[in-house]
Amino acid sequence: MSLLHFELHDFRGGIHPEEHKHQSTELPIASAGIPSVIVLPIGQHIGAPSSPVVKIGDKVLKGQIIAEPQGFVSTALHAPTSGTISAIEPRPIPHASGMSDLCIEITPDGEDTWIEHHGVKDYLDTAPAELVNIIQHSGVAGLGGAGFPSHIKLNAPAEKITTLIINAAECEPYITADDMLMREHADQVIKGIEILVHILNPDRCLIGVEDNKPEAINALNKAMGTTRDDTHKIHVVPVPTKYPSGGEKQLIQILTGKEVPAGGIPADIGVVCQNIGTAHAIHNAVVLGQPLVSRITTVTGKACAQPRNYQTLLGTPISHLLKLAGVDHNQMNRLIMGGPMMGFTLQSEDIPIIKTTNCILAANHEELPNPELAQPCIRCGMCTEACPAQLLPQQLYWFAKSSNLEQVEAHNIADCIECGACSYVCPSNIPLVQYYRFAKGEIRQANADKIKSDRAKERFETRLARQEREAAEKEAKRKARAEAAAKKQAEKKAAAEASGASTNTDSSSTTSSTEAPLPDMALLQKKLDAAKTAVEKSKEKLAAAEAEGSDKAELFKNAVEKSQQKMKDAAKAIADARKQMKASENTSSSHANEKGDPNTPERLKNKLELAESRLTTAEERLAAAQAENSDKVDAYMTAVNAQKERVQAAKDALNSVLANSNTPPINETASVAKPSPNIEQLEQKVRAAQTRVDKASERLEMAKAQGMDTIDALQLGLDKQKSKLADAKKQLEEAQS
Amino acid sequence: MTPVLIAVLALVGLSIVFGGILGFAAIRFKVEGNPVVEQIDALLPQTQCGQCSYPGCRPYAEAIANGEEKINKCPPGGESTIHAIADLLGVEPEPLDAEHGEEKESKMVAVIREDECIGCTKCIQACPVDAILGAAKQMHTVIEDECTGCDLCLDPCPVDCIDMVPVATTLQSWHWEAPKAFDPATNHQIIATDRGQAA
Amino acid sequence: MKLLNISSPHATRPGTTGGVMQQVLLAMLPGIAALTYFFGMGHIIQIALAVIVAVGAEAAVLYIRKKPIGFFLKDYSAVVTAVLLALALPPLTPWWITIVATLFAIVVAKHLYGGLGQNPFNPAMIGFALVLISFPVPMTTSWTAPTPILENAIGFSDAVTLIFSQRETIDAYTMATPLDLYKHKVAVATADEITLDPIFGSGIALGWEWVNIAFLIGGLYLLWRKIFTWHIPVSYLAALTACSILFGWDSDRFVPTSLHILAGATMLGAFFIATDPVTASTTPLGKLIYGAGIGLFIYVIRAWGTYPDAIAFAVLLMNFAAPFIDQYTQPRTYGHAKAKRGLPGKE
Repeated sequence: MSLLHFELHDFRGGIHPEEHKHQSTELPIASAGIPSVIVLPIGQHIGAPSSPVVKIGDKVLKGQIIAEPQGFVSTALHAPTSGTISAIEPRPIPHASGMSDLCIEITPDGEDTWIEHHGVKDYLDTAPAELVNIIQHSGVAGLGGAGFPSHIKLNAPAEKITTLIINAAECEPYITADDMLMREHADQVIKGIEILVHILNPDRCLIGVEDNKPEAINALNKAMGTTRDDTHKIHVVPVPTKYPSGGEKQLIQILTGKEVPAGGIPADIGVVCQNIGTAHAIHNAVVLGQPLVSRITTVTGKACAQPRNYQTLLGTPISHLLKLAGVDHNQMNRLIMGGPMMGFTLQSEDIPIIKTTNCILAANHEELPNPELAQPCIRCGMCTEACPAQLLPQQLYWFAKSSNLEQVEAHNIADCIECGACSYVCPSNIPLVQYYRFAKGEIRQANADKIKSDRAKERFETRLARQEREAAEKEAKRKARAEAAAKKQAEKKAAAEASGASTNTDSSSTTSSTEAPLPDMALLQKKLDAAKTAVEKSKEKLAAAEAEGSDKAELFKNAVEKSQQKMKDAAKAIADARKQMKASENTSSSHANEKGDPNTPERLKNKLELAESRLTTAEERLAAAQAENSDKVDAYMTAVNAQKERVQAAKDALNSVLANSNTPPINETASVAKPSPNIEQLEQKVRAAQTRVDKASERLEMAKAQGMDTIDALQLGLDKQKSKLADAKKQLEEAQS
Repeated sequence: MTPVLIAVLALVGLSIVFGGILGFAAIRFKVEGNPVVEQIDALLPQTQCGQCSYPGCRPYAEAIANGEEKINKCPPGGESTIHAIADLLGVEPEPLDAEHGEEKESKMVAVIREDECIGCTKCIQACPVDAILGAAKQMHTVIEDECTGCDLCLDPCPVDCIDMVPVATTLQSWHWEAPKAFDPATNHQIIATDRGQAA
Repeated sequence: MKLLNISSPHATRPGTTGGVMQQVLLAMLPGIAALTYFFGMGHIIQIALAVIVAVGAEAAVLYIRKKPIGFFLKDYSAVVTAVLLALALPPLTPWWITIVATLFAIVVAKHLYGGLGQNPFNPAMIGFALVLISFPVPMTTSWTAPTPILENAIGFSDAVTLIFSQRETIDAYTMATPLDLYKHKVAVATADEITLDPIFGSGIALGWEWVNIAFLIGGLYLLWRKIFTWHIPVSYLAALTACSILFGWDSDRFVPTSLHILAGATMLGAFFIATDPVTASTTPLGKLIYGAGIGLFIYVIRAWGTYPDAIAFAVLLMNFAAPFIDQYTQPRTYGHAKAKRGLPGKE
């Protein structure tokens, strides 16, 4: 048993706020029941949000996975009750910013039917890795507050874990969720801890409980009697009541006397810390096979008629709990998720309970009065005395207030745990923690900006270097061209002087205008072209040489012959390739079509449509620019012309393909190739077309009013737009019918 | 005669010794480049926007380091950059020179209205950090993460299809503001303000 | 109903800066009582005068600075400054000196530096130092003799007359302080001869010992209420004691330790002036250094300087050093192997 004397250490600072815990421990835990709607944010934990695997309208069973973990630092999300997925959209989430994030809404069917599930009976004989896998897929994340996915801490840490600490201190005022959990479910909690001990195999496991919870300590000790822990590793350790003893770093210091290194994690000193609620969730996941779909939440505060702990389904709107607890809305002045020291205020009662919600505090004006006006800081140093991280809060305050981020960082703001002890004791009522949060955010922002500006600089410099290089290359090319031109000029002169030099080879026959759809064809064609040029050049040279009577004529003749030979070879190769290709085409022409020949009629048609629409836009713009006499008219003109060319080209291509091929009518192919048109998309199309028509007619009106000479062009544009609109409408009607 | 000689010799000796030390130091502790330019450049926001009338941040940093230019010509950096440079150089900070533009309240990013883009590549050529993707007659798009919000792509666009939009606050980038005098929601006063300034 | 949206923590310990200041005022009561008992009603009048002037000046400056007057007067800081100043001044200081000192303390030393919390120097000590340097004669000749050696105790009306008009008859009531007397006589007489003077009474220094004990009690009360920490008073008194033992073991040549500790404004300085949080060092180690520095300077000025008492100058000298001390005495933060020594400043 665990009644051995245990040497405790103390952490510096700390405060003793009024506890207000007895209000919510008078009654046992009650079930909050099934609310009329359940809203589950996909990011209920630290790390990557889960990714939804259900669609609107899907029926889900209780415990069915609805969002899967994305990556290692992520966990799954399960349906808390059976029902229908009724929405997947951004909703306000429990976050200090009051912002929205993607949520999955379930309309419960009231049956609360479990999906088929089964636990691991002989969990102490199961491989740890398998248990960790179960835990990850059961969506277990730290229930204490931060919501760190639990499997990560359990996954084969690099350091040998000597001490497993179960955090049951629950030091924050008002909150009694862990207290009541220990009182009522001590057996399950201890079993969960046994699983953790089995996975991590530490030298000892310490359950740290503040000594203001004697009932919970007794319950745990009683449950220990039934444990299979024959190694006597697990000990319940009462720790003195002092806020924030439940802070992970502080509890580790109390129980082990060691400090977690700055910027490090507890595993660095051989410690793993898990919340007691997490241990319970792990028990449910492993022993019962039930994923994390509900938790115990304290609903308290003087605005509640009856403060109490509720077994609450995740996703339950807070308004549902407030109604159960009989909250008087006229009295409620502050609605806090979490405790009065570290919780955050909520602006809406529709916000759901999530995995980390241990408390809902509906406070009236009397217990949490509006903060007094902040007085000047007199550097009294009470905050320094209270700070559990041994920081200098008032120095941080002065530097944060003046946005002196360098000094704030030098004063180790990164080690601030935002416990609020400094603000609590401040006689001047300065919202110190908010200043620190502001400074931390600014530092984060500044670091991000720094990275971005460094990258911008790099990109800018790379760009400059590239431009220089390009300029140099261009210059070099220009020079080369100039030289070549000069040479040619000279040669031409020479050729003109030499009369009667004629060519005797006509190579055009070999260069039938082949389209080279295959890469090897293209290559061969290139080779042939190159050979041709070589022949011509050699011939020119030969002519020149002969004209001059140079003795190099013989040499050139040889060269010409060689080049001609090469050219012939190339032509032959092409002919062969073509033959081959034709043979293969016959066998697999249908294949090629499916695989994405760019010249299928439907694609060409699409292309044509696209080109036409672009042309219309361009024309519109041109008209508008002309109307405004803008200096961009030229640019538009070019754009329009380019578009026109494109349209023409597309038309030609289409026609030629349509004429040449015996492909079935376009309509059919289109209906086969295209997925059935989405009505929404079509509606959007119609709307877009409508706006464009409106715009065009507006422009036309304007032009008319001003007597512009662009009326015709605008009229044309308008007509086109109208016809398009009509088309779109027709399409939509078809799709709808 | 002798004392004069001794004095001259002593001086010569000293100059040789110190000259040697200085020469050694000049080689041993040689500083590559101009560190002040580097430091100023590091403080500038690297938007490369050219609003200071220099072709990029570095040339402006060089001009400041040479004492040719005032430190208040960087609108994207704004007050904080001016203060940082003033701190570095030990000069008085000056208010931002309005001639070169005004400091924007929030960071901006360029967004191309893609269905209006005609694929002219003019913005691609204008972008100092190659943050715009696209090819001739193809629709262009802005790589949001790389865009510095410098506005340089706005003017060249023939169809005005580029908008500057404020960078949206996300759950990840959100953080608490410094305490304000008033909570606008409840009009509750947190910090004492000067008389007559109360909202 | 609109719900409040503010950053945590939501719970705060009740109490205000004004409350802290009120505790300080409360803790000064025993000392004031002892002073009045032994030195007459002079201090009561000085306190009343200084408080009225200080509050008036504070309100006027707040008005000019466009600050909410009522809100800032509620912090009682002007009252504390005025009372400390009045306690440091000799009881029969002419009224105009008190007014000058108070005005200077509030207007220049406090508000021109930005008001409460922003002043680098202790306002009361700045005011005191100003008048001590500017008007040395009335400042050194206005200490009343302890009541037991006077024929008649100085009553209220006597004090009013002496402070506001009839300066001619003042010599009948005043006397040098024990520290002053000892310092001047030690050159020509032995310790035994000096202490024959009735001003030293039968104990250490007639009246002064009780005044200091009273301030010590008040200081201990504040320590118990955790208004300040033990660091500054302890290191201050330890340094002063150590110096006086080191040099003053020979009481025929130096002022003895007992007189250093229990005469003059030693305890007032230790618990009420040196501990002024605004101008003191703020780190735990820094506070020790700061307090020790004051103790050291007090001894140096008392032993070898011109002034018989030296609280004001010692405190002001260490005020100069406080920000520097803070920079180099950062505590070791949780999770850090070492404390930071010195912080990044300007290059």
